[in-house]
Amino acid sequence: MDQAILALEDGSVFEGRSFGALTHRHGEVVFNTSITGYQEIFTDPSYAGQIVVLTYPQIGNYGANQQDNESGRPFIEGLVVREFSPLASNWRSDEQAEHFLAKSDIPVIAGVDTRALVRHLRTRGVMRGVLAAGPSLDGKALVEEARQSPSMAGLELATRVSATAPYEWTAGVDACSPSQHLQPWPEKRFHVVAFDYGIKRNILRRLVHTGCRVTVVPAGTSADDVLALNPDGVFLSNGPGDPEPLEFQAAQVRKLIGKKPIFGICLGQQILGLALGGRTYKLKFGHRGGNHPVLNKITNRVEITSHNHGFTVDPDSLNASDVELTHINLNDETLEGFRHRNYPVFSVQYHPEAAPGPHDSLYLFDDFIKLMTEAKGGAR
Amino acid sequence: MPRRTDIHRILIVGSGPIIIGQACEFDYSGTQACKALRADGFEVVLINSNPATIMTDPELADRTYVEPLTVAYAEEVIRRERPDALLSTVGGQTGLNLAVALAEAGVLDKYDVELIGAKIDSIKKAEDRLLFKDAMRKIGLETPQSQLVNTVEKGLEFGTKIGYPLILRPSFTMGGSGGGIAYNREEMIDILERGIDLSPVGEVLIEESVLGWKEYELEVMRDQADNAIIVCSIENFDPMGVHTGDSITVAPAQTLSDREYQMMRDAALACLREIGVDTGGSNVQFAIDPATGRMVIVEMNPRVSRSSALASKATGFPIAKIAAKLAVGYRLDEIKNDITKVTPACFEPTIDYVVVKIPRFQFEKFPGAEPVLNTQMKSVGEVMAIGRTFQQSLGKALRSMETGKSSAADVYDEAQIANKLITPNPDRLNYIRFAFERGYTIAQVHEMTAVDPWFLERVRDIVLQEQQMDLLEPEDLTHDIILAAKRAGLSDNRIARAVDMDPLDFRARRKELGVQAVFNRVDTCAAEFESFTPYLYSSYEQVSEADPTSRPKVMILGSGPNRIGQGIEFDYACCHASFALQEFGHESIMVNCNPETVSTDYDTSDRLYFEPLTLEDVLNIADIEKPDGVIVQFGGQTPLNLALPLKHAGVPIIGTQPENIDLAEDRKLFGAVLDQLGIPAPDNGTATNVEEACEIARRIGYPVLVRPSYVLGGRAMVIAYGEDMIRRYMAEAVTFSQKRPVLIDRFLEDATEVDVDALCDGDDVLIGGIMEHIEEAGVHSGDSSCVLPAFSIGASELQTIEEYTVKLAKALKVIGLMNVQYAIQQGKVYVLEVNPRASRTVPYVSKATGVPLPKIAVGLMLGKKLKDFAYLTGGRTSGVLPVPQFFVKSPVFPFNKFPGVDPALGPEMRSTGEVMGVGENFGEAFGKAQISAGTPLPEKGSVFLSVNDRDKAAAVEVARNFHDLGFQLHATRGTASILKAAGLPCKTVFKVNEGRPNAVDLIKAQTVQLVIYTTTGGHTFTDEKAIRRAAVTWRVPCITTMSGARAAVQAVASKRVDPIRVWSLQEIHAAKDVSTPSA
Repeated sequence: MDQAILALEDGSVFEGRSFGALTHRHGEVVFNTSITGYQEIFTDPSYAGQIVVLTYPQIGNYGANQQDNESGRPFIEGLVVREFSPLASNWRSDEQAEHFLAKSDIPVIAGVDTRALVRHLRTRGVMRGVLAAGPSLDGKALVEEARQSPSMAGLELATRVSATAPYEWTAGVDACSPSQHLQPWPEKRFHVVAFDYGIKRNILRRLVHTGCRVTVVPAGTSADDVLALNPDGVFLSNGPGDPEPLEFQAAQVRKLIGKKPIFGICLGQQILGLALGGRTYKLKFGHRGGNHPVLNKITNRVEITSHNHGFTVDPDSLNASDVELTHINLNDETLEGFRHRNYPVFSVQYHPEAAPGPHDSLYLFDDFIKLMTEAKGGAR
Repeated sequence: MPRRTDIHRILIVGSGPIIIGQACEFDYSGTQACKALRADGFEVVLINSNPATIMTDPELADRTYVEPLTVAYAEEVIRRERPDALLSTVGGQTGLNLAVALAEAGVLDKYDVELIGAKIDSIKKAEDRLLFKDAMRKIGLETPQSQLVNTVEKGLEFGTKIGYPLILRPSFTMGGSGGGIAYNREEMIDILERGIDLSPVGEVLIEESVLGWKEYELEVMRDQADNAIIVCSIENFDPMGVHTGDSITVAPAQTLSDREYQMMRDAALACLREIGVDTGGSNVQFAIDPATGRMVIVEMNPRVSRSSALASKATGFPIAKIAAKLAVGYRLDEIKNDITKVTPACFEPTIDYVVVKIPRFQFEKFPGAEPVLNTQMKSVGEVMAIGRTFQQSLGKALRSMETGKSSAADVYDEAQIANKLITPNPDRLNYIRFAFERGYTIAQVHEMTAVDPWFLERVRDIVLQEQQMDLLEPEDLTHDIILAAKRAGLSDNRIARAVDMDPLDFRARRKELGVQAVFNRVDTCAAEFESFTPYLYSSYEQVSEADPTSRPKVMILGSGPNRIGQGIEFDYACCHASFALQEFGHESIMVNCNPETVSTDYDTSDRLYFEPLTLEDVLNIADIEKPDGVIVQFGGQTPLNLALPLKHAGVPIIGTQPENIDLAEDRKLFGAVLDQLGIPAPDNGTATNVEEACEIARRIGYPVLVRPSYVLGGRAMVIAYGEDMIRRYMAEAVTFSQKRPVLIDRFLEDATEVDVDALCDGDDVLIGGIMEHIEEAGVHSGDSSCVLPAFSIGASELQTIEEYTVKLAKALKVIGLMNVQYAIQQGKVYVLEVNPRASRTVPYVSKATGVPLPKIAVGLMLGKKLKDFAYLTGGRTSGVLPVPQFFVKSPVFPFNKFPGVDPALGPEMRSTGEVMGVGENFGEAFGKAQISAGTPLPEKGSVFLSVNDRDKAAAVEVARNFHDLGFQLHATRGTASILKAAGLPCKTVFKVNEGRPNAVDLIKAQTVQLVIYTTTGGHTFTDEKAIRRAAVTWRVPCITTMSGARAAVQAVASKRVDPIRVWSLQEIHAAKDVSTPSA
């Protein structure tokens, strides 16, 4: 078994055993507290540029399958786990998780005291790191390498992971068990254009599932080109990196506000916030997990939600006469969702499409449909 | 919706005595509920018949009624107290059933009591199998195909249609009581007959078998605003077919992807909403076909359950406490998470470790019961272990079990592998390991066990690592090799054995090489937020989070898994030790591995180490905490076994010193002490071989009591009436050695047994209580009813007992608690046994006297004197504490779970729990205790008597009393002729082998309401056993001793004159210094 090392920019070095690919990768080291859903995490493009530490210590138990991919390939730079299973046990498993990552050339370090690492990141904040696997590794050199790697703050990654050409998405959500009785898809009544800043497939599946025909467009698409597609609604996706550099994207969204119903998720909310004149800032260690309580201030109910973000919109930067804050994180009071007071525009910072995570907030897709229904009714 | 202001006084219903399927987890939940509601300003009235619980401590409620959990007595409590609401969901199935019964009897309406926690409709929907199935179908969830039947014929019809095997579940019984798996027609008839009888509504659900499917459980909570969360997921190692209480279980679920888990989560929430649980916790069980992923919902409990206790301990999320708060109107997001302090309780705990629970069985105490597992729960306790990985947790859980077995499966029989893997049994995991040692593949073992391959691979990996270790020599040990082994959960003992080292030498070597245990925190959030609660478990990670304080601190060693003879009573003492330490300004550190207990609540002590009670694990904690003292006398035998080794390792033991504890256990040394003090004991001897044993028995004369040394609960203890029996016993029943000899005592026939609990500070001795046993000597003290104050012992004998107790306490240099057992035979007092530690009767005595014995004991261990506690003892520093009423403690037996077992009482303890009856006279107290024990004595009808020759004279007197009370008499020939000779009208009944209708037929036909059947001594005849079994099955009270029969007469007589009346402990003890009532 080969050795692997995770070196952090602050000089910390964690040694372990290598699983996956024998390679070097650098990235921002972040942690996710979900117990299940590693495959979705691996393949979520929002993790581009990040080395992910999973707090749950037994990873790989149920293998990997084709259904649970959130994009075409894994996007994490590297994986840090306490224990990686040599055996996959599940009726849907096609291959071992180790193989799934190795074939995409992603290194894995196992045997690490991930709890100590997470406590370190929690107190010091997330930081840059290098994950290297293979023979004769030099911890000191790797620390230096980490220090030379680009910082996440100010890093624009969305356009790098985005689709390069528009495409139609047609697949809906499929069942994972004969006992999962999903609602049949309704007739496709709405055309949604989805900006791909690093979009997760389950968002697309959910849109299809609620009755949308979906055209995915690259992150660099202009508002005019979007309007030319004559959509009933515009969707702003999740994605990796710092939102601040996405000035072009924010400008396009600004042009669309008031013209089309808009729904944003995660980076989509941040871009919408920027478009509305707001600011974003970087959280110390972000929110990544599937158990965050979010209060919906309109229904006064708490939703258990799936999170993956390192940046967030500063609620004080939004103009209260335009924007109504609708969702608040009960753990740290950060902004989790808002809507425009005058236009059919709303967004959430967390992931209602789940994958991985609880389904408490799926209603937001229905809300989007309602807005489009109203807009359509109003226009005709 | 904040706290309700329209209710002020809340009645909490406890779960009664500890029985299989309903154990001290409900003391934990009830205690949490009491604390939470009182902290919120509610007045709490509590009813629970179990005196051994923390929840029935007078400090925990405003009014505490240790009274029978029946409609009549609960109504009396309600009439007196007029509560605004009744919380039904923290007292297990008993609490729920009583709540339903009170509602249906109109009592709640009559006194305008609102049911909170779960409404009647929700309870019925969840508990009634048919309603439940309909409800699930409505929301699109599958349940196994099934039919509810009330006759055997209908059941057989369904069996023919669906095919065997089939699962049978009687409606409204707890712990799967009376249920089972029928593999064929014959078994179907058998189980169905029993099940229809046991179900209070005479119904049994027959279900399609999902044997071998993956089994899961989700713990769910919901508030009035419809906020709902999953607290924990649990995956069973043992697939469907084994009761979840008897299964090895793992938290969180290990082999579900997120999609599959979320499907289950959605289903659980839909179930909760449909059933209508809107203010509390529930658990929902699922089965998944491992081949296709088809999922069925198995059942849901609309209340706090055994699994919720496990889930609370596994996650640090206090389900019962939160459930109580939700029941009084709070929303989940209005309650703070105790551990993080900043985040709300409205979230889903995420964990970064693996939890393993293993049940503990005691089939060895029930000869005749087949040690196989099915859908009826049979385990008597459980352990839980927390580790960073499944392997580590499994290793820790196994060594928490205290089965005396090592992890090596070298004593197993290869020919048994197939049988032991295919048929679930308590030894299955060991056989799985054994199979892997013998080279079986994962696929082979999976095929036979249906255990998920992921678990099997992890187990096999441990076995392989052990085998590799076995090839090493001590000098091969490196830091990396040891670390890998420790991370895989191998104990120091196991590694030491592998390399042929002394375990303590290995430990030293391990530490020298820098491999040390560190401690991690259970924090509900996988380290995302800071933890303010030192709830710790050990691991072999790099960084420790123990952060010990520099305060004066004392460590309490708990009692480990519940077992017969060592149960909740010891947890009671440990919890009190903790409370007392805190009160006296010391930091309390609890070490225990039993998830059912109050002691393992993170709220109970300043610091909690959820760890196995082995020398290795306790030393690891001592290394980091460096306690000023360790208390070993409260946790039963478990910590006592560690006392000397700990002391030798330099850990300070406070209270009675280990050497003196050992002195009391050592026959020869203790015999010398008794001689010196001039205290008589029955003639006795110590044998290490068969001939020696026979020789000793001849010398001291038969009958003799034979037992192994160092055991609790009378394990493997018998009364031998002749040499053949000694020979058989030595050959079959006991293992002995030079180090572990067999003890032989003269058995005192027809003696009265007495239990004494006393406190000693080194100078003064204060006796808590002199408890008179109702059953004569020969019945294990834990299985005998006893009464405070003693009611038939003469003043001079009491005086002698007091004198002996004082002498013994001083001679053994007792600091703290001591228990002595005496027997009085023809006016002479003998010492049977001295245990310089807290006994099983400590909670009972504390409640009867109103004096908290464990608290004072802790004070004494810290160097205080009895006179410092005059404020608690009514000024007494010597003599015997008075009791203001009659208090009878009665045992509760699990015989209904073990078909085929003879329920006759004997020297081997078999009761799982106890109840207390309170009365103004002995008869009233005894009668109430019998009601609480589930064997209420009849008020009229017929009594069946069959007694052995020694008892015939006494039988006449008892029969006459029953006759005078208007009972008819039935008796077998011998007994009948004596009764007739005494002029009593009596019907003669055939013995079982004489013809029909015989005694069993009479019981089945409900012709007799009470059975008095004393043993013939020596060994048990099938006839006797058949009658006693029938009594258990048909729930006819069966008394097996004449002293018990005499007590029954008094109870029945009392019932005629005394009204239904109840007293709260607070009012009983309101006046501290009261005189003892006269008998």
